[in-house]
Amino acid sequence: MQFAIFAARKTPWDIIGENFTLLAAALLAFASVVVVLFLVAGRATVRAQEWLKYLVFLVPALLLLLVGLIYPTIRTIIFSFMDAKSENFVGLDNYVWAFTIPEILVVLRNTAVWVFLVPFFSTAIGLSIAYMTDHMKRPNIIKSLIFMPMAISFVGAGVIWRFMYYFEPNEKRADIGLLSAIVKSFGGTPPNWLLESPGNTYLLIAVMVWIQTGFAMVVLSAAMKNVPDEIVEAAMLDGATPIKRLVRVTIPMIRATLVVVLTTIIIGTLKVFDIVRTMTGGNFQTNVIANEMYSQAFRQMNYGTGSALAIILFVAMIPVIIYNIRQLRLERTER
Amino acid sequence: MTASAASVRAKGRAKNIFSSPIASAAAWIIAVVWTVPTFGLLVSSIRPEKDINSSGWWTFFSDPNISFENYQKVLFEGTTTNPPLFQFFFNSLAVTLPAVIFPITLAVFAAYALAWFDFRGRDALFFGIFALQVVPLQLTLVPLLQLFAKGLQIGDVTIIPDLGITGTYIPIWIAHTIFALPLAIFLLHNFISQIPKELIEAARVDGAGPFTLFSKIVLPLSVPAIASFLIFQFLWVWNDLLVGLTFGAGSKEVAPMTVRIAEMVGTRGSGWEVLTAGAFISMAVPLIVFFALQRYFVRGLLAGSVKG
Repeated sequence: MQFAIFAARKTPWDIIGENFTLLAAALLAFASVVVVLFLVAGRATVRAQEWLKYLVFLVPALLLLLVGLIYPTIRTIIFSFMDAKSENFVGLDNYVWAFTIPEILVVLRNTAVWVFLVPFFSTAIGLSIAYMTDHMKRPNIIKSLIFMPMAISFVGAGVIWRFMYYFEPNEKRADIGLLSAIVKSFGGTPPNWLLESPGNTYLLIAVMVWIQTGFAMVVLSAAMKNVPDEIVEAAMLDGATPIKRLVRVTIPMIRATLVVVLTTIIIGTLKVFDIVRTMTGGNFQTNVIANEMYSQAFRQMNYGTGSALAIILFVAMIPVIIYNIRQLRLERTER
Repeated sequence: MTASAASVRAKGRAKNIFSSPIASAAAWIIAVVWTVPTFGLLVSSIRPEKDINSSGWWTFFSDPNISFENYQKVLFEGTTTNPPLFQFFFNSLAVTLPAVIFPITLAVFAAYALAWFDFRGRDALFFGIFALQVVPLQLTLVPLLQLFAKGLQIGDVTIIPDLGITGTYIPIWIAHTIFALPLAIFLLHNFISQIPKELIEAARVDGAGPFTLFSKIVLPLSVPAIASFLIFQFLWVWNDLLVGLTFGAGSKEVAPMTVRIAEMVGTRGSGWEVLTAGAFISMAVPLIVFFALQRYFVRGLLAGSVKG
């Protein structure tokens, strides 16, 4: 009680002051540990350094990965076979739940739609822009503008696009959402964008495409720079049109990079959570696995179903991981 | 010399034949379409509340009416239960600094070890870490939160005690550090392993131990790679919602700006005067970093994904 009274008197500056004291202490402590370790280890005998080097350089990161990623993954797998409070084993119940409840089936279906459409459109648009600007004299402004959404948080993007999609229910009032205004200027009647399924899912997907296109463009455009001009010129002399050149010459030559871009965007899309949460809260049939996982685990407080959804998400990613490791292996042997 | 001159000439010639006005125009149109939403938000944020809610932002240009009241309101007006946004701005800073410095330091260390120490199972370890990149955050949330709240016991044996750090920044920092490590180690390893072997050998012959080698040769040479990843990690942490939301334990005293903005969307979904200004404040720092350091950012991105 006393604490509550005290807390109520704290001004924002008090809180900031306390927080920054902790911040300074943490940074200072971290820096001193590193410096002391280096001073001590650097003076140790050559033989001692042989094992000290593992302790200082490798062990901290490995320990964190073990405690922070590997252990939780195993725990989550176990949780997914247990009830809401992780007290009793329930076998496959949580998975049966995920694949039979109509609501969750919608979630799974939406996630699948996201995973197909976002990588496809981001990469296709990114590839087109990269190709169109490949030999342009000053492509930098164009590229910066398209790349810019990468710097914006998903939450920020959610606000930006909620504003774009804003629907004015009162017909007498002027539209403040650009999309509604455009539809009206063509004489149409705008729908209530974010409320009407299945259109709303596509509108959310457009936001993710808006963000990821810049990434695809930058990476693909760098890969295109590595395509020798001579080859492209030869194709031109043979009379290939720009489109044919893209399909027959450029795309095959940047195939490896294309795959990397696609897989990176697939993984990012599977994890998407913020956009759905800020724009519709997962309502109106727009929910996806990552957001439903959060709701199950932290709103319903059901760790069983939440964990099962997390595992489903992970299993969906496994093919991508295996493929990536294979690529990396191949590349390493080539080197 | 002549060969390179010829190739420069060929490049110049190629430029002329390739550039088509239609392609340029199309690229420009896409660029404009891509920018309009953000631009609309910015314009709206500097209009008076009455204007935002009664007319579209595009009418601003025929009837310009500028006001910074929205910023004043969202930044400084608040109560103890609903603190003003500037407090969250500082929270974001306090979350971001360590969450950038810790993982990069640990990752440079580990990348150096994986690149230049000879031990059995080194490659397998590297591939393992690489694979960890795709473990979704969601998979680790519940166990990791329990770990922070209750420590770790196996039977009666306490392996990690309850540290009483829930509701402070510490869980957020640690969580960000953990999630950043796989990608950071991978990117920095790509770079550090390409330091010329002769350089390392020469230093070893001169009697440099693993620690001197790191501070005298590896670290100075890795500065560009570290800078690239720094920007990457900064943007990722500053823009993150999920980690701040879950590991901040709902405390407004530590929640970053993204959490606050998401909450504002939930409670006042159409209070556009505060939403537009608030969103723009949260975007300002990353946008400045992005435009100022775009080159390094792109370099980091490419190190991670361009093959061949």
